Amino acid sequence: MAGETRGVKLSIRNVVKEYKGEHGTTVALNGVNLDIMENEFICVVGPSGCGKSTLLNILAGLHEATSGECYLDGERIVGTDVRRGVVFQQYALFPWLTVLQNVMFGPEMRRMPKEQCKEIARKYIKLVGLEEFENSFPKELSGGMKQRVAIARAYANNPEVLLMDEPFGALDAQTRAQLQTELLKTWEGEKKTCFFITHDVDEAILLAQRVVIMSARPGRIKRIVDVDIPYPRDQGTKSDPRFMALKAEVWNEVYQEYLEVRK
Amino acid sequence: MNGKTKKKGISDKLWLLLSFCAALAVWFLLSLGKRTGNSFPFVPVVIEGLQTMIERGAFWSDLTSSLTSIAAGFGLGFLTAVPVAFLMAWYMPVRKIIEPWINFIRNIPALAYAPLIVIAAGVGKPPQIILIWICTFMTMSITIFHGIRSIDNTLIKAAKVLGANDMDIFFRIILPATLPFVITAVRLGLSAGLTTLLAAESTGAQGGLGMRIRSLQTTFETGSMLAYIIIIGIIGLLLNLFVDIIERRLTSWQERREE
Repeated sequence: MAGETRGVKLSIRNVVKEYKGEHGTTVALNGVNLDIMENEFICVVGPSGCGKSTLLNILAGLHEATSGECYLDGERIVGTDVRRGVVFQQYALFPWLTVLQNVMFGPEMRRMPKEQCKEIARKYIKLVGLEEFENSFPKELSGGMKQRVAIARAYANNPEVLLMDEPFGALDAQTRAQLQTELLKTWEGEKKTCFFITHDVDEAILLAQRVVIMSARPGRIKRIVDVDIPYPRDQGTKSDPRFMALKAEVWNEVYQEYLEVRK
Repeated sequence: MNGKTKKKGISDKLWLLLSFCAALAVWFLLSLGKRTGNSFPFVPVVIEGLQTMIERGAFWSDLTSSLTSIAAGFGLGFLTAVPVAFLMAWYMPVRKIIEPWINFIRNIPALAYAPLIVIAAGVGKPPQIILIWICTFMTMSITIFHGIRSIDNTLIKAAKVLGANDMDIFFRIILPATLPFVITAVRLGLSAGLTTLLAAESTGAQGGLGMRIRSLQTTFETGSMLAYIIIIGIIGLLLNLFVDIIERRLTSWQERREE
């Protein structure tokens, strides 16, 4: 990667998030700073409740930071924007719409002509291999298929950045492995900047160029680990000695934070 | 799913038939008793009772009178419940003020305040319609309100990040997501309308199924009474069936719990 110059795509500056509840104020994020480069694949790991989802929601523009700010291409993030696509853990497909209609939703919101919306949607449905299911309703699909639709739906808006909130967290091990491989292949193809949250250390190292480890509440960035394993990667990468070493390292850090929470 | 029902051996239709036959048997036993027989005469007497009412020229006018009251009361109830439910879901003050009223009035039998409505609205159709309106409104506004509140917030978030504005979110997300609850509200509202019928027609009505049942009491014409009671039940079943059809048409996308 030497000599390659990449601009900063997303930048997070001194982000603090506090929630006011009945039992006083909870600090979810306590001064987070991070620069995410153009085309970078970043994974964020940390114990539950470390504020990683909160950070994603702030980047998406769905939540507002109590203080600090985020920038996309140097432009301050205020509210949601189609340039930042989001994939949720719970799929969040619209159950009353078919697969095709779900994937068309984004282009439709951008007021594109109907035929063009369909064309775009079909392209991405094909990308995730669900052509045969374009007229099915979400209830007729398995969890893995639902998440494929959600990914296609996010892609259909051609976002510059993909924000993924534990997208494979609810899937069984085999489906998860398959979707990881598919996501890797897609990313290796078009290198869309990706901010991916997971609690699965294997998943983080397999996918990411950098793994961001967050500390227990209040959430801060504890360490950033460079994953110096070349792409293309696949499930076989998991048996690479370098992978094992990184896994042990990251796992230790995360486990310490987990113990912190348990205290 | 078909395979599952087949495995059980007895189909739903057969169960329904069995249930119906069992009801007939119980009814028959009741009709044999000395005292219960007076109240629950068996099928031939009831059919005769119905024929008598048709001959007297009362039945068809009673039926249309009741059905128009229910249709008008329910219609008004629905038209008012939908906007009120949305206002309650949207604006906290509206909810804080109105919800306790609804919860308070909902539990009072309509028969109790029927006379007050008559004093205010006079005798005839208006108090009947108003009473059914009140009862159907209570049930439906609360049901739709809770439906709107239970919409999965991630769906709204997902729509926002895909570029939806507030109008898009209302028409493309909130409305379809609320539809199943609106249908449930219609089902409960129709049932509330029917059960309020007697109270509504206790207001000095000139005709109607409910009013007739009460007046037949004075002449102990139990056959005719029972015929009317059964007719009300059948109307309820038909309305329910009608809602089932609409539901299947409009919300087949819904995940249903396996029975």
